[in-house]
Amino acid sequence: MKYLWIVLGVVVLWAIYVFNRFVSLRNRTNEAWADIEVQLKRRYDLIPNLVNSVKGYATHESAAFENVTKARSAAMGATGPTGAHAQAENMLSGALKSLFAVAEAYPELKANQNFLALQNELSDTENKIQAARRFYNANVRDLNTAIESFPGNIVAGIFRFTQKEFFDLADNDAAQGPVEVKF
Amino acid sequence: MSVFLAVVIGIGWYFSYYYGDPNILYFFVIFSVLMNVFSYWFSDKIVLKLAGAKEAKREEYFDLYTSVENLSITAGLPMPKVYVINDPAPNAFATGRDKKHAVVVVTSGLLSILEKNELEGVIAHELSHIGNRDMLLSTIVVVLVGFVTIIADVFRRNLFFGNLGRSRDSDNKAGNLLMIVGIVLSILAPIFAILIQLAISRKREFLADASGALLTRYPDGLANALKKISQHSQPMTRQSSAIAHLYIADPKGLGKKFSGLFATHPPVEERVQALIGR
Repeated sequence: MKYLWIVLGVVVLWAIYVFNRFVSLRNRTNEAWADIEVQLKRRYDLIPNLVNSVKGYATHESAAFENVTKARSAAMGATGPTGAHAQAENMLSGALKSLFAVAEAYPELKANQNFLALQNELSDTENKIQAARRFYNANVRDLNTAIESFPGNIVAGIFRFTQKEFFDLADNDAAQGPVEVKF
Repeated sequence: MSVFLAVVIGIGWYFSYYYGDPNILYFFVIFSVLMNVFSYWFSDKIVLKLAGAKEAKREEYFDLYTSVENLSITAGLPMPKVYVINDPAPNAFATGRDKKHAVVVVTSGLLSILEKNELEGVIAHELSHIGNRDMLLSTIVVVLVGFVTIIADVFRRNLFFGNLGRSRDSDNKAGNLLMIVGIVLSILAPIFAILIQLAISRKREFLADASGALLTRYPDGLANALKKISQHSQPMTRQSSAIAHLYIADPKGLGKKFSGLFATHPPVEERVQALIGR
């Protein structure tokens, strides 16, 4: 009879350990998403300056400007670590790429120091977003693996820990297609 | 660090033998262990003064600074301080007692020969050393080597003096054989401990390569960097044996000659093979 109590005690201790591990993984994932949002906000802040400096030289390229501005508003509107938000951000990346491709055709613009500095900063911000994304995905992977694995999934089911989505480049043809450069 | 420790212990053993006082050996071992712990604790400050490093500002070293910044975001580590040493020999190292006091240093020679992908591979390797807490591990290993040495010596002395007192009581062969085995082992034990320490160091280098490749998702970067570094291998103008094991490549530029059991780093061919499989 005493052994039953000991076994029960071990099981309870294990369940507590697993529960705390889930909490820790989930909070790290949330924090990783918050870090991505910090980098995304940096990008939102840089874009208006970029659009204005390109407008100064390439006044006729209204299509490119509109795309970027619309994509930016859409991305700022979406919130939370969802697939829809990831898609909106990827569309914004695509629109920015098109804008830079358009800017290639204007040599005076390319020589402008302000534009070059903004281009560097944006390119660095894109790298930071990639880095934060990779960190977020690594945490999501760990969380999902822990939730799916047996016997942890029992505890996860009882306390309703849910899996999270990866911040992925989903099946989105517009963002995945190659950027056309027309001269 | 290990050569330093071995030399100090060797000196201590010699003096202890010469003066017939075991305490001298113990003093030397404890002293060297304490020095290692001290240098671990203040490793970020000590190393910078030793190597003559200057802080790398974002405006001056944009690529280097942003590479470190972005890779530490990927690794989930706080960004370490970044320093540059003015030396044509290409090399890099990371140090610091924990991730909050970490420092990454590269030489100007490294910056001049590597492309951005390759530099990122090297930085990822160094950040992995920080993330895997290799400084703490190697300090613990050094302390253990010190303990093994002390215990082996205590054992040998007790065996010797103990048996001498009892030799009149029993003259059994098994006892004498055990004594001989004990003496041999107690001499070999510290040597084995140091060999194990070097083996651990090599394994951790492989682990840092692997963790770095996981960070960048581009093992070719580090592989190409290692190849380039080994081609340009030359001794650094300012070196210190105490921190030799922290560098990505042997700072004395010995390359192939110093490989095998006594090397702190695995040979470059093996590292490239592990990274990209050819």
